Amino acid sequence: MSNTSFVRNEMLPPAPPPVSQTGLVKWLRENLFAGPLNSALTVLGLGAAIWLIQAAAPWLLHSVWVADSQNECRAIVQERWGPDATGACWAIIRARWHQFLFGFYPMEEYWRLFVTFAGLLLAILPVLATSLPRKLLWGSVLYPLVAFWLLWGGSVWGPILTLAGFGLWAAVFLALQVRLGVVVAAGVGLIVAAVFWIYGVDPIETGLQSVLPFALPEVDSDQFGGFLLALVIGATAIVISLPLGILLALGRQSDMLIVKSLSVGFIEFIRGVPLITLLFTASLLLQYFLPSDTKFDLILRVVILVTFFSAAYIAEVIRGGLAALPRGQYEAADALGLDYWQAQRLIIMPQALKISIPGIVSTFIGLFKDTTLVAFVGLMDPLKGISTAVRADINWKGIYWEPYIFVAVIFFIFNFSMSRYSMYLERKLKRDHR
Amino acid sequence: MTLASDPPKEGFRLSMLIYDTRFRSITIQVVVLLLFLAGLFWLLNNAYVNLEAKGKDFNFSFLWSRAGYDIAQTLIPYTNDDTHMRALVVGLLNTLLVSVLGCVLATLVGTVVGVLRLSHNWLVARLMTVYVETFRNIPLLLWILLMGTILAETRPSPRDFRFTDAMREAGQTPEASMWFFDTIAVTNRGTSVAAPVFSNSLGTVVLPGNIPLSLNALVLMVVLAASFFGWRLLMRRAKALQEATGVRPTTWWQTPLVLFGPAAVVSVLLGLHLDYPTITRFDFEGGFQMLHSFTALLIALTVYTSAFIAEIVRAGIMAISKGQTEAAYALGLRPSRTMNLVILPQALRVIVPPLISQFLNLTKNSSLAIAVSYMDLRGTLGGITLNQTGRELECMLLMMLIYLTISLVISSVMNIYNKSIKLKER
Repeated sequence: MSNTSFVRNEMLPPAPPPVSQTGLVKWLRENLFAGPLNSALTVLGLGAAIWLIQAAAPWLLHSVWVADSQNECRAIVQERWGPDATGACWAIIRARWHQFLFGFYPMEEYWRLFVTFAGLLLAILPVLATSLPRKLLWGSVLYPLVAFWLLWGGSVWGPILTLAGFGLWAAVFLALQVRLGVVVAAGVGLIVAAVFWIYGVDPIETGLQSVLPFALPEVDSDQFGGFLLALVIGATAIVISLPLGILLALGRQSDMLIVKSLSVGFIEFIRGVPLITLLFTASLLLQYFLPSDTKFDLILRVVILVTFFSAAYIAEVIRGGLAALPRGQYEAADALGLDYWQAQRLIIMPQALKISIPGIVSTFIGLFKDTTLVAFVGLMDPLKGISTAVRADINWKGIYWEPYIFVAVIFFIFNFSMSRYSMYLERKLKRDHR
Repeated sequence: MTLASDPPKEGFRLSMLIYDTRFRSITIQVVVLLLFLAGLFWLLNNAYVNLEAKGKDFNFSFLWSRAGYDIAQTLIPYTNDDTHMRALVVGLLNTLLVSVLGCVLATLVGTVVGVLRLSHNWLVARLMTVYVETFRNIPLLLWILLMGTILAETRPSPRDFRFTDAMREAGQTPEASMWFFDTIAVTNRGTSVAAPVFSNSLGTVVLPGNIPLSLNALVLMVVLAASFFGWRLLMRRAKALQEATGVRPTTWWQTPLVLFGPAAVVSVLLGLHLDYPTITRFDFEGGFQMLHSFTALLIALTVYTSAFIAEIVRAGIMAISKGQTEAAYALGLRPSRTMNLVILPQALRVIVPPLISQFLNLTKNSSLAIAVSYMDLRGTLGGITLNQTGRELECMLLMMLIYLTISLVISSVMNIYNKSIKLKER
């Protein structure tokens, strides 16, 4: 009897998945053509991208890097790519990059700017990378005075004596803090330091300068410009506005009625008016409110007002962080017997600041972008001030795109890296397990 | 048994003001107040002395003297014979115009971009990320200047739009053409947009302060408002019926009828039609004429703020957990009702507060109009009026006060809204 039944002895080899479920086709189906609407969006997006590239690519490809004037650029483009061709004229950046970066800072002193910038990188390194030894932070604390001296020049003794004033403040504070409490001790220290700064610094500086003359050539504030100015204003305001903002936020949360109302009034006033009116205040109104013989550098006035501006915003961001902390954290600090400042320093602020990081960094980004507004009070910002100054040259008249793109790219690099760093920090400090 | 004796009662000593934490806070406050008052007195005294030295006084009567300068784009009638006060109002209205339009447009664009950035479409999500990061990380001033430059430098001159009979016979076409069925013409001088006009006018009333108000527009607005209330009534009826019987009556075709039907009838009766801009010898005429300064400012404010709003919208949508959608589906709600009844109310609670602070930012940023010489509040009061009268102190204080009022009004509206949607917890 023949056996017609058939039993397979070995397993079938696995069949490959259908073409539509593998590789590129699958990816395309899932990510670009998942449905009619999705496909339409893809086509639209592709169209927009192609249109943008089509508009910009020839212009960028026909770039001219070496020329002496815009007309020469144009001639070169037309000679190489036909009479109707347009091309970017990067020669203007090549010719004037130093003005976009440094304004009218004297060229023979550029080394000071490079040293300052290198110092800035070294100084923020220990702040950004927490794995470095903490003692390096003292270098970062000293850096602003060094930078001030390098940028503006003058006698070396001025910054050193200013530093001595801060030392005096710290000494008084440490001596009195245990007996008088943080606020009173800090206040007394500030008064002592202020008396020293107002009455002590000048005579001592003159004396020391005559004995040990050591000075750099002075650079006038008018010569600052470009990204140097944006960085000076931005970095100073960022560094000062963070502690000021913390104090304002604490003042707003305080039980003391007068301190609270003053903080609220300050914050709401500053946040209620546009920065540009504050800048005009710096340039037009301060002369009314200060004694008539006060000589006050315009950059300094602008820095002060910009600092106030960003401090008010930071205060609101930190207030949000404080409000997000559960009540139990305050009570736990009280239960441990910590006093107000200890609780703030050890328990409240580390958590509140962590929550506020995204807000603080976006305030800083906004501040850095807002430094361009100083153009309206006559300072040489990279965007409007310097671009206008460059276009005033007959050779570069009517050149718009290239300076704007150059400035935009630099701003983008700064701000984008700041926002990415804040995202990294957020992830790193995240303590919940979600 | 002895009771623990009370702590010895001490008399008040002056040193307790500093050493005793109970009194220290009062001491600190008094000192702060004194310092504040002293500082204030010092500033005011300086101002008084400086004003005296310059031979100036402090009063606002200059607001009622003749302004003597022209403003190119105004919402209310204005000539250079009007007062500085009226110039101020014109500037304020211009500020509000660009701010309100900017807020509306930025919200629309920002919502679309924010939603598309969450799209599963790889290409679109990437493109929207590029959009957001580009506009967010580059100063607003650059966008304003760039838009102004693009409009003024790259657009054709009005001459290029001309289309003569001779050209038609020769089979030529004009070098430039208008957009959107000949309703918009963008030249290097300005933008002309077709404007809705009425052929049968009911007349015009002049409000106090020489502000003309077209009765036609008034009637149309009243009709629209009445339609809106009618629609609310319709919805309430439908809801009551649904709650009573469990069946929701069909309303989808009544809604547009009630909302827009009466307005359409009134428009037809009044003879509403579009007034197209036409090219004349030198420039376009007819329709709305918009200055490039206004358009550039509006576009720049819109794209810049929309990038921020997109991020807010994205964060708001991402904040609602997927469980909410799944729970709504489990209850048998359709996707559209899930969106309207479950997702949006929760997402809006996250979205609205930062959204309104973006509106505030946009309003304040509109003061950058100075970059393109758009005559907003800063351009009139803080610009030409200030320079002409030389009254920096008064003009700047008044300007700050006005901006402060706008901000406080917007933020108090926000607080009321926040309270109304706050999570009701026990």
